This record gives sequence, C-alpha cells and structure tokens, in this order.
Amino acid sequence: MKKQVATIGIEMHCELKSNSKVFSSAKNAYSETPNTNIAPIDMAFPGTLPVVNQKCVEDALKMSMVLNCKQPEYLIFDRKNYYYPDLPKGYQITQMTKPIGINGQIEIEVNGKLLPIYIHDIHLEEDSASLDHFFDTSNIDYNRAGVPLLELVTEPCLHSAEEASAFIEHMIRIYRYLGISDADTKRGQIRCDVNVSIADEDSNELGTKVETKNINSIGGVIGAINYEIERQTKLKAEGRYNEVEQETRRWDEESATTIRMRSKVDAIDYKYFVEPNIPKFKLNEEWLKEIKASIPRLHLERKQDYIKNYGLSNYDAEVLIKEKDVSDYFEECLKLGIEAKSAANWISTQILGYINKNNIAINDLYLTPLKLKELIGELNKGTISSKQAKEIFLKVIEEKKEIKDFLSKDNAQISDKEELTKIIDEILANNQVQIEEYKNGRTNIFDYFVGQVMKQTRGKANPVLTKEILTEKLK
Amino acid sequence: MMDKSILELHDLLKRGKITSEELVKESIQKSHEVEQKYNAFVTICDDAKEGKVTDLFVSGIPFGVKDNYSTKDVLSTGSSNTLKNYVPFYTATVVQKLLDAGAIMTNKTALDEFGMGGTGTTCHTGPVLNPWDKTRMCAGSSAGSACAVASGVYPFALGSDTGDSIRKPAAFCGIVGYKPTYGMLSRYGLFPFASSLDHCGVLTRSVEDAAIVTDIMKGIDKNDMTSWDSSNIHLQEALTGNIKGKKLFYIKEICDINNYPNATEELKSHLKNFFHTLEFLKEEGAMVEEVSIDQNLLNAIPSVYVVISCAEATSNMSNLTGIIFGPRSDKKNVFEMMKDHRTIGFSPLIKRRFVIGSYVLQKENQERYFKNAQRVRRLIVDKMKELFKEYDALILPVSSGPAKKFDEDKDVIDENTNVLEEHLQIGNFGGFPSITIPNGFVNDLPVGINLTGNCYDDENILNIAYTLESKMPYKGQIAKEVR
Repeated sequence: MKKQVATIGIEMHCELKSNSKVFSSAKNAYSETPNTNIAPIDMAFPGTLPVVNQKCVEDALKMSMVLNCKQPEYLIFDRKNYYYPDLPKGYQITQMTKPIGINGQIEIEVNGKLLPIYIHDIHLEEDSASLDHFFDTSNIDYNRAGVPLLELVTEPCLHSAEEASAFIEHMIRIYRYLGISDADTKRGQIRCDVNVSIADEDSNELGTKVETKNINSIGGVIGAINYEIERQTKLKAEGRYNEVEQETRRWDEESATTIRMRSKVDAIDYKYFVEPNIPKFKLNEEWLKEIKASIPRLHLERKQDYIKNYGLSNYDAEVLIKEKDVSDYFEECLKLGIEAKSAANWISTQILGYINKNNIAINDLYLTPLKLKELIGELNKGTISSKQAKEIFLKVIEEKKEIKDFLSKDNAQISDKEELTKIIDEILANNQVQIEEYKNGRTNIFDYFVGQVMKQTRGKANPVLTKEILTEKLK
Repeated sequence: MMDKSILELHDLLKRGKITSEELVKESIQKSHEVEQKYNAFVTICDDAKEGKVTDLFVSGIPFGVKDNYSTKDVLSTGSSNTLKNYVPFYTATVVQKLLDAGAIMTNKTALDEFGMGGTGTTCHTGPVLNPWDKTRMCAGSSAGSACAVASGVYPFALGSDTGDSIRKPAAFCGIVGYKPTYGMLSRYGLFPFASSLDHCGVLTRSVEDAAIVTDIMKGIDKNDMTSWDSSNIHLQEALTGNIKGKKLFYIKEICDINNYPNATEELKSHLKNFFHTLEFLKEEGAMVEEVSIDQNLLNAIPSVYVVISCAEATSNMSNLTGIIFGPRSDKKNVFEMMKDHRTIGFSPLIKRRFVIGSYVLQKENQERYFKNAQRVRRLIVDKMKELFKEYDALILPVSSGPAKKFDEDKDVIDENTNVLEEHLQIGNFGGFPSITIPNGFVNDLPVGINLTGNCYDDENILNIAYTLESKMPYKGQIAKEVR
C-alpha cells in the first residue's frame, strides 16, 4: 500500500460569554442548579419570539474579522428544523444562507512553523438544552437552551491530530484574547466535530469522509483523529476500504475508540428556511469599523513581536503571551520604559509565581507595572540588592504599600562613597596587624576586610563600592 | 348596553349612568347566551372584575380575546386539543396593553385550530355558528370573535389574520375587521401560524372603534423585533370624513361579472352591490378606477399562500410535543410521546397542512415550491406597491357573497371564484393595512367590502373606510337571526 495521507476538517463550537442569551432575555450563566436561568422562549412557550442579542452579534463579527472572513451585507438567521427533546422549539435558530463570516484564512503555529488554515464559514446560533441521563429517566436542563454558540467550520486542510489540536488551542486562545468566551473545555464550552479521510499520498482525490461528532476535549480530538486514521488505514491495508462508510461516529472516552452512530444516508433533512421573526439587518460600515478597531493584538503577533523586536527567547515569549492579561501587563511595562528582558524576567518568575501561588489575577496584583518600574529602578541604581528587591516585592504586595516605604535609611544600601570611606578608615585603623599581613602577601585576607565592613554596616554596605575603596586603601 | 359603541359606553360610564360592573355582568351573561346558541367561546371569564373608569376610552369596557393569544392564568388553547389544558404564565403584549388601559377581558373566543382554517368549524370545541343564520358558518379563523361582536357581547374583540382570518368573518357577520400594517401591533404572545403572514387585529362594529382600540394596542415592543415605532400615527384623529381627491382602484379580473360564466344569483347581487357602494366614494369626491392585473399573477395567490403558510406553520408548531406543556403522552419513549401527542392532538386538516409544509421545505423540493412561492409573493407585493404609488387604496368585494352554508364546506376550491375568495391574502403578503366593513345584504345576509392600502398608510385607509361607512346604514349593526 502507498503511504497514506489524512485529511481533516473541523467544526468547532464555542459558547460565548454574554449577559443574556442570544435570542432570549434569560441570563447566560453556567449554573449548578438546573432550570434557573430560563425565559419563556427557552422552553418554547407558544407566542414567544426571538430577540437578537446585539453583543453576541458584535462578538461573532469580531471572530469573523479575526479569521479574515467576508462579512455579509445583511444579518440573516435561519431555522434548522428537527425534533429532539433538548430542542424545545423544534428548530434551532442558526445561520445557513448568510453566515456571519465566510471564506476566511488564519495562520497558526505548529512546531514553530506557520501553517495557513482555511475557514469555510463561521456562524452564530443558539445552544440546545442539556440532557442528564439516568438509569431509567432523562432530565432536561434548559439553562443551556439559547446560550450563544459560534460554530466555525474549516476546510479539509489539516493533516494530523497535532495540527488539529494546535488549531483548536490557537482558536481557544483567540476567544480568550477577544474576551468573548472563556473557551473552557472542562465546562463543555468547546465542542468539536472532526471529519477524517485518508488517501494515497500522491492522490488528488479525498477518501471517504467519516465524521466524529461532539468531542468535548482536545485530548478527545487527538484520540479520535488518530484512531480514525489508524482504523481507516488498517481497513485499506486489508483491502476492505469499502467498509469505510460516510457515517457519523462518536468518541468514546473510556475505550478510546470511535463508535458508529448512524450512516449519512439516514441524514436528517433540516428543511432550513429564513427565520421570519428576525427582520434582516443591514450591517453598516461604521459599526463594522468600530468593531474592527476594538480587536486587540492577538497572541501570535505579540509573540513574534517579542522575539523579533525585544530579543526575548521563544520560551519567555510563550510564557508571556499565554494569557492576554499577562501579555498586557508586559506591554504596559514596555510602555513605561522598563527594559524588556528585565520585565520578562520579573513577570515570568516573581509575578507569575506569586499570582499562581495565591490564585489571583494579574490585573488585581497590587504591584502595578508602574511600581515594578520603580522597584527595578532602585535595583539598577544599586540602592537595593536583588535579594532586597525580592523582599520588597513581596512586602509591597502583602502590606499594600509603596516601594519607597521600604527604602528607609535603615534598610537602604550604603552607597555613599564618603560615608563608606569613613567606616572603612575606622576598620583599617583597628586592624593594623592584618594590614601588615596583607601587604606581606596574604592577599586572601582581603575578604576579611570586606567581612568586617559588612559586619559593621549590618550587610548594607554596597559590596562593589566597598571592594573598590578597600583596594584603593590597601595599595 | 353592549350593543353600543366604545365612545357611547365611555360617555355613559363617565356620567355615571352605568357602571363597569354592570357592563361586565351583562357581557358575561350575553357570553353564556351566545355560547349556547352559536358555540363561540372556549372560556367565559365568569370571575372577571369591573375595571376602573379613567379618561381612556376603553376603560371599564369588556372585550373578547381570540383563544390563540397567551393570557396569563386564563386557559389559552388555540382551539386545539394539543393545548386543551394549557394555562400560560404570561400575557400577550396587545392584550396587556388593553388590560392596562382598563378594559376587561370577559371571554376567550373559538377559532379554527391555531388559525389554520377559514370556516370556524375546526375548533376543538366544535363549529361556531353564524349569528345571522345558524345553518351558516362565520368563516374563520376568528369565528368566535366575529360572532360575539356581531351578537353584541361587547364592542370589540381581538382577532388574528394570516390570510383573511379577521376580515372574512367580519364580512360574514356584518361587522368591521381591521388588521393594521405588519408590525404595528406586536405579535408577542400570539400563537404563531405563519410568522411572516400573521397579523394581530381587531373586530368591531365601527371603524372608529377599530381605530380607538388599535391606537391603544399599537407600538414598538422589545419582545417583537418586527414591531416598529408608530408613535406618530394617530388613527382615531385621522378620521376626518374627508376623502376628496383620494384615488382608489379595483381589480378588473376580480370584480367583472363577465369573468364568472357560472355566476350564482348571490354572486351577481354581491358584485352589483359592490359597484353600488363605489358610488358613495365618488359622491364624497374620491376617484375609483378599474385596473387590470395579469390573471396569472392573481391565480397564483392561493398557491403562494398555501406553500408559505404551511411551510412556516410546520416549523412554528414543532414546539407542540406535549413534553413541556399540553397533555403529555404516557408513551415510554420520548419520540413516541411526541408522535402520540401530535397524532391525537391535531385535526386532520392541520396534519394535511403539515405534510404540505414539510414537502415544500424538503431539500429537493424547496427551490421548486417554497423559494418560487416567495418569489411570486415578491412579484405580487411589488405590483401592489407600484399601484399604491398612484392610488390610495385597493377596494374589493369580500368573498363571492355572504356566509357559506355548513353543508357547502367540502374544502373544494371552485376554480372560477378562487381568486375572489382568496384575494385578501394580498394584504398578508405585503403586510398592508386592510379593513373590511359591511356594505349591505345579499339574500338577507350581510356582505362586506375591503379596503387595502400601502404599508404605514393606516390613517388614510381607515379614514376612507370611515367615510364610506358613514354613507351606509350598517355601522353598529347587531346580528339578528334571519332564518
């Protein structure tokens, strides 16, 4: 058998953050208590009507722009009709005729290399209710019914589980950078369908596409893709490729396999048509410009910038861009004129260490970039030692005080040459014997003098200056 | 008392000649009589309390609500077995506005199941009889509302209109039926039939009453995105009685008796009466012209209506599964439950429409049927809008005569009078304001005439209707059984 190449397309659903749901006034909030965040329309009571949440449209447009998609002239929604107990209206409001974005492209980084990903479309829709299955009953929780969902569909342009997971992680980071979703897989906010096919390496045609639906973790996506590639390849090797069918499967976490659900032949006809209760809405240029202007610089661009223009290592840059707030903190430091490497150092060691240990957000950190600048400034001036700087860093945060509060005479390093000379003169006067020994060649006694100075100043003498003066005096 | 107009009642209430309590009592008592005789209601609100009389004209006055409006704590069935036990926990916007203005709801009226019918015979409570002749239908779907207003249960009742569901029963019961421009009245709380065609509206015994009630109900609603701000429209104030220089047209292909080779005597006198009525407009200084429209376009009206309304209805009524509301099936499997609920709950007529709706929406049929119907709808609306540039209103006879006899109901479409029966659907295609008023009798039974104008031109249309009404003796008429 020739070498096989896998081709993968991904459909990625992401729940958006918003105050209210996408077509309903109920709160969009994750809740432990079922059926507490619901409006009449979420349970499809007769006579209720959808009202579009403008914020969700705005967020969807942001994503459409980030993916370099083309936005439609008019905003239109469609009904996707099917019966299922988690779908109270009997249809889902989604976008089919004019998705909020089509024909996009975005570069992601896989193993340090840039890879273009082609986006078929991205559309805004509503989530269904969630079902809890028990031994002999199932309960319906309508809290999730109507939660805004963005579904993005890639072209079949990925070729490995590694690329697929890099893409999903890249998208998760973008959602978080835009602040439009927590994109938390643990809370089911990210759900993916993957389409996998295999073909001979030199073939121009794609093989039979098999879809695995509703995978809610990146591990699951990797597992499903690898399993499918292996399964299809094995069947092909055994000459049973005709058993690979256009079908829908699901990922079974426990057995780490995909399991057949239904054939595509049985696919439901969703009888799409335009939602008549939502008048078509013209997306005006001004509004689109405003939205575009509100999009922050995203992680990959920042990373490249840090490496190229600020000389940071790939590792340091990666640490800094992992979260937007951290990256923003870093950029604020740069703006204040803190040297990049020094800022990166402080952030990646002291600051991240502290906030992770104490589980606080960097934005809530009392030590603002301005204070960090002050601290680094004192360190550079030599007023404080780096050991002291670290102590002051903690004290400032814990006691919510200013840097200068910890630079009292008592604590400050003695860097005044005159003052230090006076102290050294006194010590030398009391150590004539040692001076003799030193001059006779016991040069290692030099450290003894330094030690005496430190002892006298309780460690506050500037060590560099001390050595300088001593060398001079002992000539 | 309940045979009086809103303004007359308001005056009596204000002067203390009557009380709201008396009116409510009378309306409830009358409801029971009408229920006995004509089977017009789903619910009579025996515990309705009097309202406070204020300066608002409808305050303290009883009214009826079609049973496809959601009314908090009051059974709302849509006249369907699928919702026969459904008591909503919220009230439709337009109903709430009337209640807030101090009007009192005294009953919920029967309709063709979910508004899907034009006969008033498919209500889960049985057919509604015509108060002029019990062997005849009221037409539908707002059959109960038309019957009750015509019988003098109250001066006004709410209806809904997807094809002609307010305007046709109004004609057959000898009263006024008005549906304003699409979106002037919020549909929030109206059980949907076909959302792009559904209109709320009102049945009254005078144009002025229709204007008064609509003035209260209209307005933008945050719960209905298709509603719009009409605060600059004042319907009642627009009723000046002056229509000098107004231009109206009728459609030759619909009104010319020569188009009906097999015309019945009823049809002949109906059309004759129509042309007679046009003379009144001319006497008031309006012009009425004949316009010819492509017969093919007119012939397409009923099919376009069936395709679009059935398609939307199939989807709109997918929420009726008996899982969240409505009688729940005791089947074990959830899909069996849904199937059981719908099989038992819906009448055969509705099921047939669902089949049509699903068929025309199917991937392989959608282009041929649904999309084409939408294109033809657009052609018809464009043609009308073009004519409305030149004319203030379209005036046409309603139906081919008076109310039909029950035994005539074969759901058979007479090719010849097809367009005559269905042309009111034009008003729904375009969301045009459209009003029917009584214009005489054929065979001792009331017949009606319809005025339809351009979107947002409700003031103009109502004023023309008001002026025409004043030239005829049918304003405020109460039904009396003629046979």
